[in-house]
Order: sequence, then structure tokens, then C-alpha cells
Amino acid sequence: MGTITFTEYDGTSHEVEFADGESLMELATSNGVPGIDGDCGGEASCGTCHVIVDDAWIAATGPRSDEESQMIEMSPECAPNSRLACQLKACAGLDGLKVRLPEFQM
Amino acid sequence: MTTTTSMLTKAKAAITDKVQATVPVDRQVRAAHLVKKAQRFAGLSTPLVFTEQPIPDPADVPLTEIDVSNPFMNRQGKWYPYFARLREEAPIHYLADSPFGPFWSITRYADIQAVDSNPDVFSAEPYIVLGPPPLEIEMFIAMDPPKHDVQRKAVQGVVAPRNLKEMESLIRERVQEVLDGLPTDEPFDWVQAVSKEITGRMLATLLDFPYEQRHKLTYWSDTISGTAEGTGGTTHQDEMFAAAEELARSFVALWHDKAARRAAGEPDGFDLITLMQTSEDTKDLIHKPMEFLGNLTLLIVGGNDTTRNSMSGGVYALNQYPDQFEKLKADPSLIPNMVSEIIRWQTPLAYMRRVAKKDVHFGGQFIRKGDQVIMWYASGNRDERKFEDADRLIIDRKNARNHMSFGFGVHRCMGNRLAEMQLRILWEELLERFDRIEVVGEPEYVQSNFVKGYDSMMVRLTPKAAPAQAGAAPAEAASAA
Ligand code: HEM
Ligand code: FES
Repeated sequence: MGTITFTEYDGTSHEVEFADGESLMELATSNGVPGIDGDCGGEASCGTCHVIVDDAWIAATGPRSDEESQMIEMSPECAPNSRLACQLKACAGLDGLKVRLPEFQM
Repeated sequence: MTTTTSMLTKAKAAITDKVQATVPVDRQVRAAHLVKKAQRFAGLSTPLVFTEQPIPDPADVPLTEIDVSNPFMNRQGKWYPYFARLREEAPIHYLADSPFGPFWSITRYADIQAVDSNPDVFSAEPYIVLGPPPLEIEMFIAMDPPKHDVQRKAVQGVVAPRNLKEMESLIRERVQEVLDGLPTDEPFDWVQAVSKEITGRMLATLLDFPYEQRHKLTYWSDTISGTAEGTGGTTHQDEMFAAAEELARSFVALWHDKAARRAAGEPDGFDLITLMQTSEDTKDLIHKPMEFLGNLTLLIVGGNDTTRNSMSGGVYALNQYPDQFEKLKADPSLIPNMVSEIIRWQTPLAYMRRVAKKDVHFGGQFIRKGDQVIMWYASGNRDERKFEDADRLIIDRKNARNHMSFGFGVHRCMGNRLAEMQLRILWEELLERFDRIEVVGEPEYVQSNFVKGYDSMMVRLTPKAAPAQAGAAPAEAASAA
């Protein structure tokens, strides 16, 4: 258990409670956080769950994998801390995590 | 290989490689055409022609002989029952012989997603339809990373959401013009008057192509994607070469014309050519003519009959499930979800093709290096393992967005947001104007194993009753008074 904060492109923040093991994509879509589509259902193959991890947290989440890079790096909004939310599993170590959303999903 | 074949192959290789940068692109197309003609003359290849025969029920065909590449499957309403049998009995199915050679059919949602997401094992090169198209145009839809990524990044800005926002009002105006000109007193062909017209206008807008010549875009696109060799369609290869040559000439002219207008001080638009000319990666693309031609062709072919057939398919589906149309009228906020559901239900492109790059065990089968693997999106979208009551159109379906009509992985449709936007605008404007959109008679279907679509569909419109404040009171109100 813990909370994760999603901040939309326009600055609106959503603090969401999680249970261990849920992905950030599932968390966002099941808690009505707008701006995350998750079209492929969490298989890292649509690129519509792009989030940018806060600098203070990137060490905790780790950088994106090659599989994620393949999808995200095609986005014009790709940033060094960009990740696919479906590949980030919430856990105790990520309690308090902050991510922001790009302006558009691909 | 016979001497003649190898000579011809060498001649072709020479044409495509060395001459690329120096010879005008329309001449290159013509040269490729001459090679094809010479092959035919030498008896080395005959153009394919398909003749329609009644297709038996799937239960009456031995499993190993099932051929879902038959271009009449959709027209005869047989694809879905055949796919249903394959998903149950042979989800990774091998057909040893077909007009397109042997191929594997992948028919379950999860398996298709796995193949599409694995470009290291399953290559999109050199082409993504069942048979070799007579002219190989260099398009990034048929390239693997890293080459694919470089080319896609260079052009995708034009259909990126930011650019779409700029284009939305223009697209809406053009949709409104089309709808306001439709007859309401007699049935008309929806495909011609609405679906083709709107997508043609959108493509002309996207490319800043001379507006009055926009029907050419539609014609070129249909001709190029409809070859018998590639997709079992009706285009003869000579017609296809003629279209490609004309397209090449026009696009080169379009580029130079745009450059001249910009040099003369015309303000920059948000069209593709301007975007290419102002982007560091692509400003010299005209000097790589085959690549330039490939990228433009991909945009018009990709954006043409796919969106068109979703525009026709939506109307058809809502006539099959009239309760869903009532649901929509009661709650127009369902439009965005309905758009995804229509694209799922229609699946405008039935498949993409891959080639195994190495021997691989997949889904209990052994796929050999070099085998063709067909990912049947049309089947995956009807897989009950993923979509409950999959054959029905359910406009508020929870997981409609999970459809696979746009593919998955690095090649996932670049124009998906544009397609969704066009369909959303179309339905918003339709609901403003019409109370009933009634399909009269059965539509005619495209002959193809790739494009799942409609040649024609007769429709009758009933306008919405004029709002009370606009003058005459509605009939019921008058008689009730
Ligand atoms: C409902 C409409 C559409 C459908 C169903 C559709 C379908 C597809 C599919 C299945 C793919 C290949 C995916 C894969 O291999 O995994 C694709 C790729 C592509 N589509 Fe679309 N498409 C549509 C509209 C558009 C539009 C409007 C455009 C552009 C104006 C477009 C441009 C492209 C391009 C450029 C690619 C190649 C992407 C790549 O290889 O990276 N499409 N589309
Ligand atoms: S949900 Fe598709 S990439 Fe994350």
C-alpha cells in the first residue's frame, strides 16, 4: 500500500492509492486519471501509457528497458526519464512516487 | 535460376540501387515496369487473375487445406466462420500451398500481439501484404528497426496530436460541406458520396495537394494497394505502374511548387510537404526520390481506404445493431468509444505479413527461418478470449480501445489519432443532422484479402425534425395542440 501522484500536462495532480503489484497504467486507468490510454492492455506494445518519472525518483524506478525504448523513443515528447506506465509495478519502495504525463499519447 | 531470370534480376538490382539518386523517380518506376514486361514477355511471370467461386462452409474443408487468403472470403461472408474454426482447432495454422505460396496464419489475439511486438524475430521486410507487389516502393511500414525508426520519426510530426489540433477545424468544415450537400429525398451511394469524399479531402489537406485534383489521390492509392499479385485485388500490374509513375511525377512537382511558394514568402502551413521542408532530417529528402516517394505513398495508402471503410463500416454496423444507434442518440458522449468499437468491428486491414528471421518455436509449432507469417487482425478482433460477444457491435464496450486494428509494436499505426479524429467529427456532425441513416440493400464488398471494405453501399437519410424555434412546429406538436 501507498500512494503515487500523477500530474497531468496542464498541472492537475491526482494522488492514487495502490496495492502492491499493480502497474501504474492499471492504477491510472482504473482511477480515472485522464491522459493514459493503455491500448495494448499492458504489453509494452502501444506506447499510450507514456509517463515521465520525477528526477528524484528515477533511481528508485530505474531507467526504461530496451523494449520500452522501442515504443517511447518514437514520441516527440520522449524525455530521459520517460517510461511506459504498464512496465512500472507499484511497490513499497515506490510509495510517494511522482510522475508527470506528456501532452499527448501516441 | 535461368540465365534470363538472373539477367533480369541483375538489371532490376542495378536500377534500384545505383541509379536511385540520379534518375528522375518517374523514370525509375517506368524502368521497373519495363523489367516486369520483359519478364512477362519471356514467359517468366504471368499476371495473376482471380475468378470468384462459391466458397464452401469451413466445416466441409479439411483443416490443412483451409485458405483464408482467398480474396472473396469477405464478400461471401465466410472469413469469420473460417477464422472461428482456426482459432479453435489450429490457432497457428500452416497452409502448404496457395496462390501466394505457403504461409502461417496466426488467429488468436494474444499470439498476434506477441508476433507484432517482436521485430527481432518477425521481420516486416520486404513487404507487408501476402504477395510481392509488382513494384517495390520503399516504405517504412516494411522496414525493421533501426532504419524504420529513423524514417518514421522524420515524418510522423504531420499526424502528431499537436498538428491535428491545428487541423481539426479545417477538417470539420470539410466534413460539414460534404454532409450538407447530401440528398435527403432519395437513396445514394454512401461510399462514393461520403466515405471516399471525406477521406479524399482530408488527404488533399494533409498534403496540400491541389484540391480540385484530390480524386487522383484516391485513385492512385486504390490502384497501388489493389494489385492481384499483392492482395488478390483487381488492379492489373500495367495499370498499377501507370498510376505509380503519375503519382511520382505529381509529388515531385508538388515538392518543387511548395519550395517555390515558400521562397516567394507564402506563410508555412501544417501540411506534410512543408513539414518535410522545414525539418532538418527531411529537408533534402527530394534527393532520395525512392524514399520520398515511399513515404508519401505510405501516407496516402495508409490513410485512404482504412478510414474510408471505417466510415462505411460504422453505418453498416449500426444498421445491423439498431439498438446501438438508439443508445448513441441518447448519449452522444459515447462517440469516442464507439469510434474505437467501429474500428475493431470493421478491422479495415485484415492482416500484416511478417517473415521469420530465424527458426522459432511458437505456440506449439515450429516456424522456419524465411516462412511467411500472417497476423490476422480481423480474427484477433473477434477472439472471444479477449472480447466478450466479439461479433456484436457494442458502442460502450469497456475494452474497445484494446482492438488490434492499428497493430502493435514499432509499426503501430502512425495515423491512428488522425483516423479517430476524422471518425469522431463525422459522427458528431451526422448526429447534428440526421435522425435515421438507413442502409438499403446489401453493400458490395471489395475483392481483396487485405482491405476489408465496401465498394458501394446505398443509404437513405432522414433529417432531424427542424428545431421548434426555427419556425414551423413539428407535426406531432401541431396535432397534439
Ligand atoms: C481506421 C483507420 C486506420 C487503420 C485501421 C490503420 C491500420 C494500420 C495498421 C494495421 C498498420 C500496421 C501496424 C503493424 O504493422 O503493427 C498501420 C501502419 C501505418 N499507418 Fe495506419 N491505419 C489507419 C489510418 C491511417 C491514417 C489516417 C494514416 C495517415 C495519414 C495512416 C498511416 C500509417 C502509417 C504511416 C503506418 C506505418 C507505421 C510504421 O510502420 O511505423 N494510417 N496502419
Ligand atoms: S499499455 Fe500499451 S505500452 Fe503500456
